[in-house]
Amino acid sequence: MDSASSNTAVRHPASRIKSAKILVAGGFGVGKTTLVGSISEITPLTTEAVMTAASTAVDDISGVPNKSTTTVAMDFGRITMSSDLILYLFGTPGQTRFWFMWDELNRGAIGAVVLVDTRRITDSFSPIDFFESRKVPYLVAVNLFDGAPRYAESEIREALAISPSTPLVMCDARARESVKQTLIALVEYVVAMYRRDPSAMPAPN
Amino acid sequence: MDGPRQDPRGELIRPYAVTRGRTEPTREIAIEAVLVTTPQGRQEAPFAGRDKHMIADLCDGRALSLAEIASHLRVPLGVARVLVADMTNEGMLTLHDTTVSDGYEERMELLERVLSGLRKL
Repeated sequence: MDSASSNTAVRHPASRIKSAKILVAGGFGVGKTTLVGSISEITPLTTEAVMTAASTAVDDISGVPNKSTTTVAMDFGRITMSSDLILYLFGTPGQTRFWFMWDELNRGAIGAVVLVDTRRITDSFSPIDFFESRKVPYLVAVNLFDGAPRYAESEIREALAISPSTPLVMCDARARESVKQTLIALVEYVVAMYRRDPSAMPAPN
Repeated sequence: MDGPRQDPRGELIRPYAVTRGRTEPTREIAIEAVLVTTPQGRQEAPFAGRDKHMIADLCDGRALSLAEIASHLRVPLGVARVLVADMTNEGMLTLHDTTVSDGYEERMELLERVLSGLRKL
């Protein structure tokens, strides 16, 4: 027993269970819940955050007149990797007015997958802006919808104005293997970035 | 488990009524932080009120995140957070919080474990 665990107020479990989360962002209907459901061991669950006038986030709704509460629903899934490691995937609300929710979501997140539908590419601007401004590592995954126009990677990069170092992958949100490879690409990117530059890792709260 | 439950309160009760109007949890709990019922929590659950009883049952023998608890209880995250923070303080739940004080090495190790976990899927 080390001295740190001698605190008798807290009963230390045999092992600490670690959990981590990855965010899945993108416009409405881009396939966030489909992606989560493709790899989650549970049918995606929904949870709601209610922001009331009494909440600390009250300033965030100052631009929304005559509205004292807002409810934001998000879907999430779970991957139990071992008895002491669980990964959660959270589909994040797409609209900018929900960004109060994103701050809570991105705290401690490994990173984010920004899902893009090439037919509505502008929908991905606000999540990209958000993750850029909050320094949350993200990857762009182009969801290959049947019948959607196919563009060259360079065209998509240019349209999204993302840096050459930001990974961009093609993805089929319905296909487990494709989703798995997308998540691997994100975590590999994050690991490589923190290896190269430990100061890029956000400071613990 | 007795399956999905019809909640007679439905939409009729304002969300924070179950916390007696409190919206501030007594401690910060991340939405992905997992909780497990303690032996003490199991004993006290029947006398703790319906919401805490349900939470103690849900997390008995398995780790569930705050988000999962909120979803199963059909209450907003903020409400679940108040209840879970109380139960943690009362010794009914063990909180396995993740992000609080880990340093660089610990967080890199976590990332590596997630990466290898994904590869094995």
